[in-house]
Amino acid sequence: MNDFLFYIIVALVKIVIIANMILITVSYLVYFERKISAWTQNRVGPNRVGYLGLLQPFADVLKLLLKEDIVPKVANKFIHSMAPFIALFVAFTTYAVIPFGPSITLWGKEIPLMMADVNIGILYVLALTSIGVYAITFAGWSSGSKYSLLGGIRSSAQMISYEISMGFSIAGVLIFSQSLRPMEIVIAQHGWMWNAVLQPVGFLTFVVAAFAETNRLPFDLPEAEPELVGGYHTEYSSMKFAAFFLAEYANMIIGSAMIVTLYLGGWQFPYVETFGFSPAVTIGLQVGAFFVKMGALLFFFIWVRWSIPRFRYDQLMNIGWKVMFPLSLLNLIWAAILAMIMK
Amino acid sequence: MTYYTFAFYAFAAIILLSAYAVVTSKNVIYSAFSLMLTFFGVAGFYALLGADFIAIVQLIVYVGGILTLMLFGVMLTNKITETEIKTGVFQVLPASIIIGMFSGVLIASISNNRWTVAEKLNNPQNSLVGIGSILMNEYILIFELLGVLLLIALIGAASIARK
Repeated sequence: MNDFLFYIIVALVKIVIIANMILITVSYLVYFERKISAWTQNRVGPNRVGYLGLLQPFADVLKLLLKEDIVPKVANKFIHSMAPFIALFVAFTTYAVIPFGPSITLWGKEIPLMMADVNIGILYVLALTSIGVYAITFAGWSSGSKYSLLGGIRSSAQMISYEISMGFSIAGVLIFSQSLRPMEIVIAQHGWMWNAVLQPVGFLTFVVAAFAETNRLPFDLPEAEPELVGGYHTEYSSMKFAAFFLAEYANMIIGSAMIVTLYLGGWQFPYVETFGFSPAVTIGLQVGAFFVKMGALLFFFIWVRWSIPRFRYDQLMNIGWKVMFPLSLLNLIWAAILAMIMK
Repeated sequence: MTYYTFAFYAFAAIILLSAYAVVTSKNVIYSAFSLMLTFFGVAGFYALLGADFIAIVQLIVYVGGILTLMLFGVMLTNKITETEIKTGVFQVLPASIIIGMFSGVLIASISNNRWTVAEKLNNPQNSLVGIGSILMNEYILIFELLGVLLLIALIGAASIARK
């Protein structure tokens, strides 16, 4: 077969698989969010639609599809409908560089288990997160409501502030991997050389920044209900609201996938090569390890949401600039010293 | 037409159309939105040329930083002062004279320059390592001075904001 055609087909297959995986994971993430919140609060949670309420996500989507799409009279129509698209675009394209397994060999050709193995992968993710700010800012501004505007401005200020400590935490990881390629970052963490073990402070600052970037509690000030109604998506309804909802959960998945890739060894399964399995089983176990780690982190995201109260806005900024930023700088120095010792 | 030229013309079209929208749209927010597309197109050019690092830095710095700042300024002032910031057409004669002179200079320099095409790199994968070692070895002084300049700007902004 023609090489070019082969790679195009492989890429298309990967896109279909990854996009569908995201959509299914998001719908069940919402289901588990509701279930876990119910368990935390000693309730039952959704249990009517299907067995144990497992069809609840589909019922929710159907409901949102059938709802009327209300656009405020004073809204800027074009940008108002553009913002959810930007949010979804950013949420879906980020997955392109996250490796969920080692390379596999099919018909004599090596295929990495990721969409695109680019050598600036981490910067690509950072660039897309900074574009994600636009979705929320545009949504807040174009709605023509002060709650939306306040939510949008809060959110962008928060995301810009935490991007800095995020960037510096990532720099610590890059010192060890010597590459911006996500695949190499994972390979550099073989065995127990996970970055979470080597640089726990950087791990902490990155996780906190990931919570802030995804606008999850305790950093969900952009949509703080008691003060801002619904925040930046107050004036959104029907599928446009659903798009923001989808993007938020998709961002949560990216957040945990990034934490796994950068700090928890990605698809590395410690000492799996000493068990003596066949290559296919080994790769299966490694892919499984990635998804188990990601699932655990997603549970952690939800668990935190239902355990910790929201920060006040000034507390949020203080933590971002006066605690997280210096800590991530310290971690960078620590990583540099450690890398020099280990060499 | 190869895929490469197709991509080139697609990005060129994006850049030209969005740049036209930047200068002609009456609403400043639309201008900013179009400017985002222009930056995307330029980043696409860099990526086509194999300068992946520059492409992504273009996005991070211009789209993620500078344009966000501009949008903030426009959005906040627009709402606070209750006067819409609009762009209009005025001062046509002086503007066209200046544009004519400037485009004359540009056209002259473009047509008089001898354009040499650089050799294609065999392995563009290492562009990041190359940029890093050049910045840290050959241009270390300039690099550090730029850092100091940015620090000065930061301290200045902080001290102005505190007043």
